Amino acid sequence: MKTGAAILIESLKEEGVEIIFGYPGGAVLPIYDELYDAELTHILVRHEQAAVHAADGYARASGRVGVCLSTSGPGACNLISGIATANMDSVPIVALTGQVPTGMLGNDAFQESDITGITLPITKHNYLVKDARDIKMTVKAAFYIAGTGRNGPVLIDLPKDVLTAKVAAEEVLSGEPELRGYKPTLKGHSKQIKKALELIYNAKKPVIYAGGGVIAAGASEEMVRLAELFCLPVTTTLMGLGAIPAVHPLNLGMLGMHGTEYANYAVSESDLLIAIGARFDDRVTGKLSHFATHAKIIHIDIDPAEIGKNVNPDVPIVGDAKSVLADMICLAEKKGCISEPWLEQVKLWRKNHPLRVVNDGKVHPQNIIRKLSELLDGGGIIVSEVGQNQMWTAQHYGFKKPRQWISSGGLGTMGYGFPAAIGAWFAKPDETVVVIAGDGSFQMNIQELATVAQYKVPVKIVILNNMYLGMVRQWQELFYDRRYSYTELPSVDFVGIAKAYGIQGMRVDSVDQIDEALRTALDYDGPYLLDFQIERGENVYPMVPAGAAISEMIGKHNHNGGSDT
Amino acid sequence: MKQHIISVLVENKAGVLARVAGLFSRRGFNIESLAVGTCETPGMSRITIVVIGDDMHIEQVKKQLNKLIDVIKITDITEKEHVERELAMIKVHAEPGSQRSEVMQIAGIFRAKIIDVGAQTLVLEITGDSEKIFAMESLLRPYGVLELVRTGRVALQRGSSGSALRQ
Repeated sequence: MKTGAAILIESLKEEGVEIIFGYPGGAVLPIYDELYDAELTHILVRHEQAAVHAADGYARASGRVGVCLSTSGPGACNLISGIATANMDSVPIVALTGQVPTGMLGNDAFQESDITGITLPITKHNYLVKDARDIKMTVKAAFYIAGTGRNGPVLIDLPKDVLTAKVAAEEVLSGEPELRGYKPTLKGHSKQIKKALELIYNAKKPVIYAGGGVIAAGASEEMVRLAELFCLPVTTTLMGLGAIPAVHPLNLGMLGMHGTEYANYAVSESDLLIAIGARFDDRVTGKLSHFATHAKIIHIDIDPAEIGKNVNPDVPIVGDAKSVLADMICLAEKKGCISEPWLEQVKLWRKNHPLRVVNDGKVHPQNIIRKLSELLDGGGIIVSEVGQNQMWTAQHYGFKKPRQWISSGGLGTMGYGFPAAIGAWFAKPDETVVVIAGDGSFQMNIQELATVAQYKVPVKIVILNNMYLGMVRQWQELFYDRRYSYTELPSVDFVGIAKAYGIQGMRVDSVDQIDEALRTALDYDGPYLLDFQIERGENVYPMVPAGAAISEMIGKHNHNGGSDT
Repeated sequence: MKQHIISVLVENKAGVLARVAGLFSRRGFNIESLAVGTCETPGMSRITIVVIGDDMHIEQVKKQLNKLIDVIKITDITEKEHVERELAMIKVHAEPGSQRSEVMQIAGIFRAKIIDVGAQTLVLEITGDSEKIFAMESLLRPYGVLELVRTGRVALQRGSSGSALRQ
């Protein structure tokens, strides 16, 4: 006879789970009792929100399913923004929550919340297990659903009596879960692929627009090969950064609201847009009716619902990006550069409209990111918080490969970065993990300094401190007549706080300290916090105002090195 | 903008209707009518959804529904030959005497059944398409419609094709 909790731990191990991020509570005591001597690493975070973000960071860095665990009611509710984050960015996680005993369900019992009801719209799927015999099959189905097709979060709610119930081994339901309604299409239709190739052969101004789906599918290599085959310039979304090396001659960087000028011009002028694992998000397209108006569109996505959601493609291809791109390469008849004059035009844009960097002796965040990129040679795992810090990193870090850049894209979750960096380090302990944070975002999960200290997670914390909620302040400056309503944050002694947790740190006030400070942090054997006092009024440019066409950027580069806002 | 009748085969599990209905509210789709019940295959239910929208909108409805793990098959039967029915029960004010006999006459014309007789009321059961129900309701309104309940539309494709799951 085994308890439900024991079956759960056993099932997780069968799925290859090695690490769980969690926080105990009454309803999950049976699980924690099992964990006490299970060969499974459990990381005790200081807030359930950090558990889910850490599981998410783990999943993004490793490509495996991340697992988090919380108790019922308030614990489960604290997972919400993390589950929604994973859902928006298609990250495979399995969230385990405790629940009040089945007999008390619906009675407003102590620490009860209808977590399956609450998470219906923000999970790929969820389960309330009412019988201990179902646990194994449910875990199996949950991992399968989370990590196949378009990845996403799956929640399993486990009532306490189900966890304590004793079941004979032969009664435990096993085998393959029956999922009659779930059959993701992986292989692209060959007729559609041929049609897409025809469009490429005939294009004069083609651009690849690659999203997070390229990275999720492990299709970066194929994507770059296709680009090289026909000399197709590539722009990526925020989620697609790293799909093509920053230094690749065909790479245009990010497009959209804070994309590069040259990427936005290229997309606006293109006559063929090849969207791969991207979803035409409003932060990418700007005013939709003005987006790539001259372009025919090929849209490759594993989720049929993404096709035709925002734009109607000329050639839709449903399938796994890796498989579709491999087929495209295989079926290509004509090969070789199809667009020399276009490439020249794109190069000219790139030369004339580079990203803005100012060297005026002040502490500018762009220079910090560039220096970090130089010191790490574009390597490491770079995790960001949300806001200006995120956009500066996206613009200026020279990512080399996929799964190196971890950031909350779709939901824009402040407080995500720091715990996600912890998760990423547990996935890739040999990598240097750096979290780039704003002073606002960092304070949203600052308590995780305790987790970092306890487990000696050698994450490097780079705070770009402007004593503002910087991105909101930027919008207030540009669109609300400089009325800085509640976006100014008082000065915080972050180094002092780090010290209180037993973590080393340094405050950086001047430009000549940047290099040494970064070197000190990177060389230090353990976690290290850097508090950079950056130019307070620094904005992220270029910027496409909400509702404008992406070619209508403000803060464009001019040759005096400043911006022409 | 036009009405579409979508037949959805789903797992007969707790919470499936909430998933389907929740999807409609979350995505801002407008449900005109929704009817659900068990069907020919054990363990499955069939939901008939009537939804109004343009082609792109309806395409999204179907694709989003298809993403739900518990949704097994979706058939848009609007353009296919089909039969559709709705059942309504109408409690109408009908004093004994001429008023009552008039109401009974109307029921007769519409082939409605009288399923309850009260001191001052009659309950009529009518089956048909929405127009028929609407027409009868408007004729009864002057007598005083006290309560009205409708099942929502159900529909099936004619002939051998349909939304059944091929085993």
